[in-house]
Amino acid sequence: MSKLLEVKDLKVSFNTYNGEVHAVRGVTFDLNKGETLAIVGESGSGKSVTSNAIMRLLPEPHGFIKEGQILLEGVDLAKKSMKEMQKIRGKDISMVFQDPMSSLNPTMKIGNQIMEGLMKHQNMSKTEARKTALELLTLVGIPRPDVRINQYPHQFSGGMRQRVVVAIALACNPKILIADEPTTALDVTIQAQILELMKSIQQKTDSAIIFITHDLGVVANVADRVAVMYAGKIVEIGTVDDIFYNPKHPYTWGLIGSMPTLDSNDEELFAIPGSPPNMLTPPVGDAFAARNQFALEIDTVMEPPMFKVSDTHYAATWLLHPDAPKIEPPDAVKHRMQGFAQTGTKGGGKR
Amino acid sequence: MTRYILRRVWYMLLTLFIIATASFFLMKILPGSPLNAEDKLSEEQKEIILEKYGLNDPVPVQYAKYLGGLVQGDLGVSFKFDNTPVTQILVDRIGPSALLGFQALIVGSILGIFLGLMASIFRNSPIDFSSTIIAVIGTSIPSFVFAGLLQYVFAVKLGWFPVALWGTFEHTILPTIALAIHPLATAARFTRTEMVEVLHSNYIITARAKGVAESGIILKHGLRNALIPLITVLGPMAVGLMTGSMVIEQIFAIPGIGEQFVTSVMVNDYPTIMGTTLLFAFGFILIILIIDLLYGLIDPRIRLAGGSK
Ligand SMILES: Nc1ncnc2c1ncn2[C@@H]1O[C@H](COP(=O)(O)OP(=O)(O)OP(=O)(O)O)[C@@H](O)[C@H]1O
Ligand SMILES: [Mg+2]
Repeated sequence: MSKLLEVKDLKVSFNTYNGEVHAVRGVTFDLNKGETLAIVGESGSGKSVTSNAIMRLLPEPHGFIKEGQILLEGVDLAKKSMKEMQKIRGKDISMVFQDPMSSLNPTMKIGNQIMEGLMKHQNMSKTEARKTALELLTLVGIPRPDVRINQYPHQFSGGMRQRVVVAIALACNPKILIADEPTTALDVTIQAQILELMKSIQQKTDSAIIFITHDLGVVANVADRVAVMYAGKIVEIGTVDDIFYNPKHPYTWGLIGSMPTLDSNDEELFAIPGSPPNMLTPPVGDAFAARNQFALEIDTVMEPPMFKVSDTHYAATWLLHPDAPKIEPPDAVKHRMQGFAQTGTKGGGKR
Repeated sequence: MTRYILRRVWYMLLTLFIIATASFFLMKILPGSPLNAEDKLSEEQKEIILEKYGLNDPVPVQYAKYLGGLVQGDLGVSFKFDNTPVTQILVDRIGPSALLGFQALIVGSILGIFLGLMASIFRNSPIDFSSTIIAVIGTSIPSFVFAGLLQYVFAVKLGWFPVALWGTFEHTILPTIALAIHPLATAARFTRTEMVEVLHSNYIITARAKGVAESGIILKHGLRNALIPLITVLGPMAVGLMTGSMVIEQIFAIPGIGEQFVTSVMVNDYPTIMGTTLLFAFGFILIILIIDLLYGLIDPRIRLAGGSK
């Protein structure tokens, strides 16, 4: 598989009145052509900041890339000027945002909002762009596109608006689509429809997707690989199977253990106590140590490196060190892992 | 749409009727009479004059006559000013006022929007600070102080412009500036605040994510959305222009409606006062109507509300 995007040791900070917020503290991952990578993690773990950094949509200068590389087909986006980024955004990488109610311009016809990118990046004439916009509206499943194209966002429901946003993002056949919690603001049935839509479109266009969510349940359905983020770092990364059947990091256990299950409602949850650290002053050692019931002494002193579990699977926890005590995931997590195996969460994904 | 406008016109007429009635009875309650100043008249002479203008009729009769005239576009005859019909006075004087008001509105809003836009783009820069200072000065200094200052510096001291009176384009410049400073300040302040807010909204990020250039972000996506709330202050702004004109016209001795109004009030010329009041009222109502229509034009969310349903 060819590497489309390589993010290497990305560090992003924000200068605030209180000091420097270390929002992303060294994130490394690859994205292959046509694959879907899910990034999961609690609120504030740095998922959006990572994706905004890739798009160079940080509120510069007070939010900035401190270190690291973002290689798109070998070219470092972190070094691009804003002018150069304007040629890449919407063409090579585009984005779908969380809130469809506010992410469309209220005073612009949705047709024009779709055509804008086409005319800029593909040098299309107005008529060509309009034709393509109609096709896109059909593609994302909006009925009567010839009427809808002349309407304004307020004439659409939330789900329909998100379809429009997807159409805008897909307009120029981007190599990468970043979806930052694209379904969080929608109700459950609509969520499923949008996910279905994104999957079917990916099969047609073969773009790679970075899918950001804090809902692990969704991940199993859409992703090929999963990166688990905590306090500005990736703490575990692997295929869907790696993460769901063989999770290694206690934080991943916590995420899995706090997933609601259908089969038994009295089953205990394995919830994560406490709250994430303040990113103004990230803790020394393993940032998760304070909330980790399996924390070792070394966790408070030294940060764990990424230990290799398999060719596809890495996790940053001292528990993987050869000298560490062997610790099994808690029962609640094991139950869920067995549950995945029975109901075949595996293959809920696309391939 | 036509039905909507017709309905609005009907409301306008109703409003005008109420204002006409109110101003008529207010005139009746007011102490003083048009004859006060002229002590040299004998009682007999006064009686003749009162009779002539129908001021001896019972009030309801006067009111009926007044309304009857109004319907035919007859605002009565001025008690002063050589018995000229009030309509004639207004027609003669509307030109300078309208021109001044129009110029001031255009200059004020365009410069103001431009200034506010620049301030929002170059936030916390010298441009931003000077814009804030202009806005503060424009809103806090009364326009007559400003007018006097302009008159003194640019007409009396520097001699660049005529001190007062009416005639050429040069005559309009100083009063236009004096009148425009307030709307300019309002527009600048408003545009800046709105732009800053709009530029932080999600759809601006969407536009950036599409690769739209910064100029397009500001003009195509930003300004239009920022201007919608500005329309709401256009109304008060235009009203401010009308009232401001009373003072400014007085200072620059411009033969306009505002100056006429002030003079008429001084001499208790009831028909002229009422006529002018009605004209002002008409102006206000017309502006409100235009603003409502403008709203629909610029904001698609409002467009269909009153009209095609
Ligand atoms: N503009 C900003 N200024 C200062 N700090 C910021 C800014 N944007 C984000 N942060 C900080 O960066 C950290 C990561 O935020 P981010 O939005 O990436 O979280 P997230 O993982 O996307 O969470 P969520 O699930 O809530 O979207 C947070 O601690 C946040 O406070
Ligand atoms: Mg986020």
